[in-house]
Amino acid sequence: MADTSHGVGGLTYDKSKRSLPNELNIFMALIIIVVIFEILGQVLPYMNNQSFLFDTRDRFDSIFNEARLQIIILQVAIIGIIALGVTQVIITAGIDLSSGPLVAATAMIAMSFAQTETVNGFPNPKALFGTWAMDLPVIIPVVIGLTFGAFIGLINGTFIAYFRIPPFIATLGMFLVCRGIALWWSGGNPISFPTEAYAWIGSGMMPVVWFVVLAIIFQLIMKYTVYGKHTYAIGSNEDAARMSGINVRRHKVMVYMIASTLAAFAGIVLSSKAVTAQAGMGEFYELFAIAMAVIGGISLQGGRGSIIGTVLGAMVLGVIRSGFTYIKLDGSYQLMAMGGIIIAAVILDQYRQRSKA
Amino acid sequence: MSNEIVLKTEDLTKHYGGVHALEGANFELRKGEHVAIMGDNGAGKSTFVRQITGVEQRTRGEVIFDGKQVHFDGPLDARRAGIETVFQTLALADHLDVPDNLFLGREKTKFDWLGPFRLLNYKEMRQDTMDALQKTGVKIPNIRNTIQNMSGGQRQCVAIARTATFHSKLTIMDEPTAALGVQETAQVENIIRTLKEAGEPLILISHNMRQVMDLMDRIIVFRRGRIVANLRKEETDGQDVVAYITGAKTQEEYMVEGVT
Repeated sequence: MADTSHGVGGLTYDKSKRSLPNELNIFMALIIIVVIFEILGQVLPYMNNQSFLFDTRDRFDSIFNEARLQIIILQVAIIGIIALGVTQVIITAGIDLSSGPLVAATAMIAMSFAQTETVNGFPNPKALFGTWAMDLPVIIPVVIGLTFGAFIGLINGTFIAYFRIPPFIATLGMFLVCRGIALWWSGGNPISFPTEAYAWIGSGMMPVVWFVVLAIIFQLIMKYTVYGKHTYAIGSNEDAARMSGINVRRHKVMVYMIASTLAAFAGIVLSSKAVTAQAGMGEFYELFAIAMAVIGGISLQGGRGSIIGTVLGAMVLGVIRSGFTYIKLDGSYQLMAMGGIIIAAVILDQYRQRSKA
Repeated sequence: MSNEIVLKTEDLTKHYGGVHALEGANFELRKGEHVAIMGDNGAGKSTFVRQITGVEQRTRGEVIFDGKQVHFDGPLDARRAGIETVFQTLALADHLDVPDNLFLGREKTKFDWLGPFRLLNYKEMRQDTMDALQKTGVKIPNIRNTIQNMSGGQRQCVAIARTATFHSKLTIMDEPTAALGVQETAQVENIIRTLKEAGEPLILISHNMRQVMDLMDRIIVFRRGRIVANLRKEETDGQDVVAYITGAKTQEEYMVEGVT
């Protein structure tokens, strides 16, 4: 008889008695991975004692290797924006496979309303529409792109919540539809030469700024608003959520709409950064976004995971990618190793969850 | 005790195809009254409750709740009307903590103009949770822990405390202590006493004779889908109730021709 389980004199909400947040483990993993690469840099004979993180070049006078840090975070920022939405979807025990192609479709559509009329004094060689669609204020392509994303999310959510199509199937269908839209929009031709304002959205470190700002906003939303609470409740026990008076269907539609709108925004940022839109953009983005969430400690069964976790997951993925390049691992090996790491992350997490219960 | 009738059923009947799971149940519950429903497995106890709470749609009959004829489309409907049900399968979200579960679907919020993004008033919900648990005598080591790490009894207590917190017009519990240990059962029984003191009416389905005799005012016995007895606690004892349950006795007013 475990009498102590009733906690005589209990009834507290003592913060110190809470178990450590999962995010701390991912942060530790991130540090360990950095240390491993740092050691590899010293040990591997062909590395000439280069440092992974710190600045060892004589001509610069800084502590960290800022260029590498910038690349690490810039590489993951755009997919990271998608991952913020995918995280919410997975917390409801769903999945969104359509985000990668949605990035491409949105990039095409938004860019076609963001073109300049003249390039170096000549008419825009990649012009898709007539002059009416040229040199529009930047708000127009952005709103059109985000609306398109929200609309795709509305369709995803409606099929999943109201027609009871499994999320995997519904978003797999949308995956193909969106790739089709991206190809059809301009007949497969790239769309280029955006206005200065549009090009600013994804210029320099702007993708990182968007990623960080959106991550903070959604972390707060998930933790401190009714929307966040209900998202977790639905993933944890959908029946209980329904019995508690939550409009589960409407809420799911909202979650898919937010996720797709975020993916659409990623498409805008990506096309702006590349100053061109192509139908093949965003390949595998949906899978990397899911991988970030998974490394960040999310449960595909729903109910568990966080935005902070996903941000850390994104950092882990970025560090690994950059680290592999740093130790001059060939691209093909990089993919194989990353696949292994994703699976290892899930195994570790499952083991940890089981030992905790 | 007031004589105001909280719940009344007239000729409540449920057939599953050819199976007459519930037949012509006439039942009354007065304000503040605690009534037990007893009977063998398959006697129609849970069926009776399911018709009232809208989990299933009745074949025939009337349900009058709070002075109005009602026809609930689902348990949520019933809950909105003020009937709280503690089901055998617990309706709790495993990954959320105690206050979250207590207030799920009716969170205390701030800045309501933010719509779905209105802020949760954690502080107030935590305080109310502590008060509710203190009032019901439920002891939980840390209310900020998620439900998944709690024992069956603690989970049951949270489910029941939720009911007790919101001052429903009627509480229905379907075998709340069936899976619990001695101590945990005592906690649940404490909550039932609290409800009694607060004058909140309760329907309790239970197999536990001691519990029923200790806590309830009245006992309704079901057998083969029919009510066969309506017994005031003071006028009966365990043996008597068992006689009705097993079919050795049937109260005269419930005698039906061709049915023993």
